[in-house]
Parts: sequence; C-alpha cells; structure tokens
Amino acid sequence: MGKRGAKKKDISNILSGFRDDEGNLIPILQKIQKKLGFISEDSVRQTARYLRISENQIFGVASFYSQFRFNEPGRNSIKVCLGTACHVQGGQILSEAVERDLGILPGQTTEDMRYDYEQVACLGCCALAPVIQINDDIYSRMTVIRLKETMDKYE
Amino acid sequence: MNDYLKIKESAARKWEALNNSKVPVIYIGMASCGKAAGSPKVLDQIRETLANNNLKAKIIQVGCIGPCYLEPLMDIRLPGMPRISYANVIPALAGRIVESNLLKNDPMPKLAIGYFGDDPKGYAKGIERFFDLPMLKPQVRIVLRNCGFIDPGEIDHYIANEGYDAIFNAFRLGPEGVINEIEKAGLRGRGGAGFPTYRKWRICRESPGKQKCMICNADEGDPGAFMNRSLIEGDPHAVLEGLLIAAYAIGASIGYIYIRAEYPLAIQRLKKAITQMRKYGFLGKNIHRSGFDFDIRIKEGAGAFVCGEETALIGSIEGKRGMPRSRPPFPAVSGLHGMPTIINNVETLGTLPNILREGATWYTQFGTEGNRGTKTFSLVGKIRRAGLIEVPLGMSLRKIIFDIGGGTVKPFKAVQTGGPSGGCLSEEFLDTPVDYESLGAAGSIMGSGGLIVMDEDTCVVDLARYFLNFTQKESCGKCAPCRIGTRHLVEILERITKGDGVAEDLTKLQTLGETIKRGSLCGLGQTAPNPVLTTLKYFRPEYMMHVKDKHCEAAVCRELIEYRVVPGKCTGCQRCVDVCPTGAITGPRSEIHNLDPKKCIKCRACYEICRFDAIAGDAIIIRSKRGAANE
Repeated sequence: MGKRGAKKKDISNILSGFRDDEGNLIPILQKIQKKLGFISEDSVRQTARYLRISENQIFGVASFYSQFRFNEPGRNSIKVCLGTACHVQGGQILSEAVERDLGILPGQTTEDMRYDYEQVACLGCCALAPVIQINDDIYSRMTVIRLKETMDKYE
Repeated sequence: MNDYLKIKESAARKWEALNNSKVPVIYIGMASCGKAAGSPKVLDQIRETLANNNLKAKIIQVGCIGPCYLEPLMDIRLPGMPRISYANVIPALAGRIVESNLLKNDPMPKLAIGYFGDDPKGYAKGIERFFDLPMLKPQVRIVLRNCGFIDPGEIDHYIANEGYDAIFNAFRLGPEGVINEIEKAGLRGRGGAGFPTYRKWRICRESPGKQKCMICNADEGDPGAFMNRSLIEGDPHAVLEGLLIAAYAIGASIGYIYIRAEYPLAIQRLKKAITQMRKYGFLGKNIHRSGFDFDIRIKEGAGAFVCGEETALIGSIEGKRGMPRSRPPFPAVSGLHGMPTIINNVETLGTLPNILREGATWYTQFGTEGNRGTKTFSLVGKIRRAGLIEVPLGMSLRKIIFDIGGGTVKPFKAVQTGGPSGGCLSEEFLDTPVDYESLGAAGSIMGSGGLIVMDEDTCVVDLARYFLNFTQKESCGKCAPCRIGTRHLVEILERITKGDGVAEDLTKLQTLGETIKRGSLCGLGQTAPNPVLTTLKYFRPEYMMHVKDKHCEAAVCRELIEYRVVPGKCTGCQRCVDVCPTGAITGPRSEIHNLDPKKCIKCRACYEICRFDAIAGDAIIIRSKRGAANE
C-alpha cells in the first residue's frame, strides 16, 4: 500500500467532462481508473471537491464495486477466473499457484511492479474453463504447470 | 414509413449481395468465447492464406452460434454452395481448409461438422446438416435466431432479416395493444423471477408521471452464465428493438442499458448499434412519425452482483452504492429519480421483437401452459458439449443435459440451476420439466439461465461453500439476516469441508438458511441459502460423510484428501520431483518416488505433470484420506 497515491496526477480534464452531479460519480471513477489505472487518494480528494460530496462517500461507493482498485497496477495484470464453471474445474488451485508464485494476495501488486493480481467472478468463457487472463490475453483450459510457463512469458 | 421502405430495400439488397456473393464468404465466430479460444489468430491465418494464394474472399465476423466447446468455429461458403462449418480450428488447420475449399473445391468432409442451407449440387456430401447435430436438433432458436448468421456490426443485416418490422407493428397496435399482445403471449421476465412482463408494464403505464424510464438490465452477474453477453454480442439490434418496443408500451422517453463493464465487446457492439439506430431514425424525437420520442444511454456497471436487483440497480445508476431498498413503492411506480421505471432483462427484450413480428398466437405454440416460449441457457461444467442453448420451456433437464449436452464423461451427479441463487438438483430430478414452477417446487429457481452440470468428481459440500462464499461477498450489508447469516453459513460450511464439522452443524445450516430466506430484504438474501438447503436435502449422506467420517468422496476438500504415489506405476522419471514447489517428492531416478504428506501442499503440479507427460501415466493419485486408511 505504501506506494499508492505517491504520484499526484491532475484529473481536472476528466472532471470537467461531467456536470457536477452526484449521479456522475461512478462514470467519473471509471474514467479516473482508465487513466491512472487505479483510484488514487488524491483523485478522490479532487473528485470530492468537484462534486461537493465527502471523500468518505466516494470511498463508500468505490469500495462497494469490485471494478475499482486502490493499488497502482503492475506492468502486467493477471486475473484468475473463479466463476462456477472454473471453480468446478479447479480455478482455486490456479489462484493459489499465482499467490504462491507472486507472493501477493488478490488486489495487490508485486514489489517489482511486474504483476498485479485479481480474482474475478466470471470472464464469460465458461465452456473453456478453467481460464486466466493476463493483460488482454485469455488462456483457456489452464493447468498449474502451464500457468507458470505462461506467467514467465510476461516481463 | 416511406423512408423506412427505402432503408429496408437497400438493406435487402446488401444482404442479397452477400448471399449471392461471387467470391467465397468466410464466417468466423468472434464473440468473447471464440476470441478466448483463439479465433483472432485464426482470422490472421485466413487473411495470410488468402494473400499468399492471391485469393479473394469476404470475411464476416459473426457472434456465437452456440456450441462453445467447438470454438474456434470457421465457416466457408463458396458461391452457390452451402455454408460449411469447421470446429476447433487451429490456425494451421484454417489455412489448409481455406486452400482446400477455394483452390480444390474440396470441403474436406472429415474435418467439417455441419452445413447450413440447401445443398442441391451435393457439395457437402458426407457432411451432416448443422441443425441436425445432436446438440442443435432439440433446440428452438427464437431469441438467438440471428446469432452466428448476421454481422452484428451491420444494422442492414438485421433489417434484412425482418428486423425493426416489429416496432412498426407496435406503432400500429398502439401501447395498449402491445401490452395486450404480450399478455396473450404469456411472456414472463427472463431475468429469473418470471414475473409476467405485461403486468409490470401496465402498472407503469398507468402510473402518473411526466417522464418514464425504461432500463435494460444487462448486468449478468451469475458466475457461470453468459447468455445475455452472447445475445448482445451476436445480435445487438434485437435487444435494442425490444427496448424500443417496451419503452413505447409503457410510454417512456428515457432509456438506459445497465451493462457490466467486464463485457467490453458487448458494450462496443451496443454503442455502434445505437449510432446506427440514430442514423436510421429509430432514436430521437417522433420516431418514424409515430409521435414517440426515445433515447438510450449506456451505463457501465462497476461490478456488484446485487445490482441485478431492481432497486439496487437504480441506486447504482444514481451514482450510489447499489443497495436495495424496501418495496413498495415498486420501481414501476417510483424508480429512477422517482420516475415510473421498468427494468427488463436482456433476454426478455430480445424476445419482444419476435412476438410482435410473428404474433402472440405463434409464440404460444412453444412451451407449456403458464410457461410460454423459449429460454436460453449456458450449459457448462462437467459436460461434453458445453455452450449456449435455447430450448422451449418445459423440456426436461434430462433432455437438456444428455441429448443436447451429451451428458457427462464420468457419472452424472447433480445440476445447479439459477446460479448462486438456485439449487443443486440430484439425479431423481432429471425428468423435471424446466419451467418456473417445477424448479421452484424442487427448491431451486429458473434464474437467468446458468446450468452447471456436475459429475462424481464434484463435491456438493464444497460447491455449497463456493456459492455461499460468493453471495456472502456480494451481500450489500444492508440487512442483518443476509449480512451476518450468509457469513455464518460460510463459516459452518468451511468447518465441514475442513473435517471439523459436527452433526449439529447440519441442523444449524438448515435453521439458519430458512431464517435468512424469510428475513432478508431482497432477492439476493432470500435465495442465497438455496444451494445449502437443496444440497442438504438431496445429498445429506455426503454431508454426513464429511462430518462423521471426515471423508470427501469426490476427493475435492483439501484437508480431507492426500496425494500418493502408486508404487506399481511410478517409473521414477523425476518429472514430479522437478515441479514440486515444496520438495515433498524425493527419490533417485528410476526408483519409486517418495511423497512426504507433511510437506505436500496439494498444489496438483505433480498430478498434472504425471498425466501430461504420460511417462508413468497416472502414478500420482488424489484420494480421500479415509480411502488411504482402509488400504
């Protein structure tokens, strides 16, 4: 958590694209995350000022939804699908293998910023379970052995 | 209407031109499932093969046709010949198939899985009709009729296939007429609860309010379900036309599509389709001189299962935490920003154009009394033929799982309907007709359409723990029965799967589950205990085994299993020694290896490599500890 929000980035051009209406909070957060890769503390402060609502309220909304992350993402993102189809085909074992290999928990980023890691409820490729996603690439019918080889391919 | 006739004529010409194309047409499935299976690489290869041989062909990127287990799917149609479909096409194979068809007029029947259309010249000799395949034959494709056939990025393809005819029929009938027609058709909400669509609409139509709002719920949150995604990706205009019809019926001028941000391709398809609608005059003021004004906005959901619940979804659009509120007032009376609001599921909307095009009487021929029409399902899990299917309501689970799905490889054990809110049904329910009432009577629900099939390698206690863990995390926390109750259910189930359960735990699960069902505010809590209650009811001996014998028959529950080397089969190849992350397996080459259970973390690496390299085959086994003790 130490690094988060370290770099201050101006998000006023994102904010000015929206009316200062509370109903725009989620789209604003989505845009911020698209630009910064995560919701930094500083961006919450700026949004709170713009929408004239409390930072707490923003954190309340942002933490409610699984899409938003509060840690700076790594150079690569790995997502392990734990949807039902993937679960019955061994998705949990894959996520443990990722945790063991990277030494981090879901939602965290490795020290060297090489990988961030998330568990997701369903990538919608249930017929090809179990699946993992690294950046935009989806790997289907994954095994523990192939997982390690696949992860090694990304620097 | 005159402008529309022009649009229709030009669309028909475009479609004709494609069907009578002088150059070969290559279709490739580029829905999310196809892409995951590798269709983008296949597409690259097709382009390369065409370029290398100086060949001309039209490439059409289509949506999902259903049999996801056959992805990537590629189809080829030579001029005047039927369209021939090829499955599990890896890039190298794609090149060969294209060359064979285009250069040698040889459809390679052994590699083909089916053909579409007529085959007067016998080109497809030795190939079966696609829709006669066992997976397809029992299906009735109404909602999915265009998926896999039209280019979802082309509004003209949709229009040429009688698209947007239904909205003009709706204009002729008038709003009341549309509601009556839907009442006659007997359509019930496809989002899960099965509430009669017309009734909700009528309440909303009659509610006072200057502005009304029509929302499409595309927040498909059930893990293991992807019907709505496939429909939007494969035929976005069907859903949008449905939204238009519904809005017209209730008198809404504002429309929203609330869709999961995790569905980028579906969002992209919708955005493109909405632009096309606007261009063709289907959005805006006085749509095709009907006096009806309507516009659509897309709201990307940020990932919360509970937002499938109507009032939570509305809260989320308003920029708040998606927490349900108590009803009444129902959204149909007071919804988004206080406007009378109707929320319909993607599939419900996708059905509407079909009913208004063909008529309610036509629609009622499908399904059974009180359960009219068809339903799409994502058929997944331990099943041979996984994919997206559409069947008339009332078909038995047996027919769906065994005739369409081809059954399981290992003996069938259970099927979960309705996702995390549904129930787990055992073999004795296989002849249950799939309709809202029968599934409800069995303790499950229809839900939005996830069907997860399990074989004897699935532990139902573990499955119940999995689902409860999911609903517990997704509980919004507003009401105590759901927030605290689901948490306790998970704790008890975890105890049982770890072998620390006691007999009283089963009674606790039962009473707690029933209390949560009765006491929760919204559908999430009211259905969350279903997986526990149904597995307790239909698989009690399996719970008892975990509790009393500390035995997991399916060899799934981590603390109750162990990995062992089978001395007779181990060749001492050392592959497992190399992959073991904890050094639990030791042994010199060519000697039987030793697996130290104290060091083993049960990561499955050795088990996989043993099969993968097949030097020793299955020398490492996973089994219940009790099995070991009995040896």
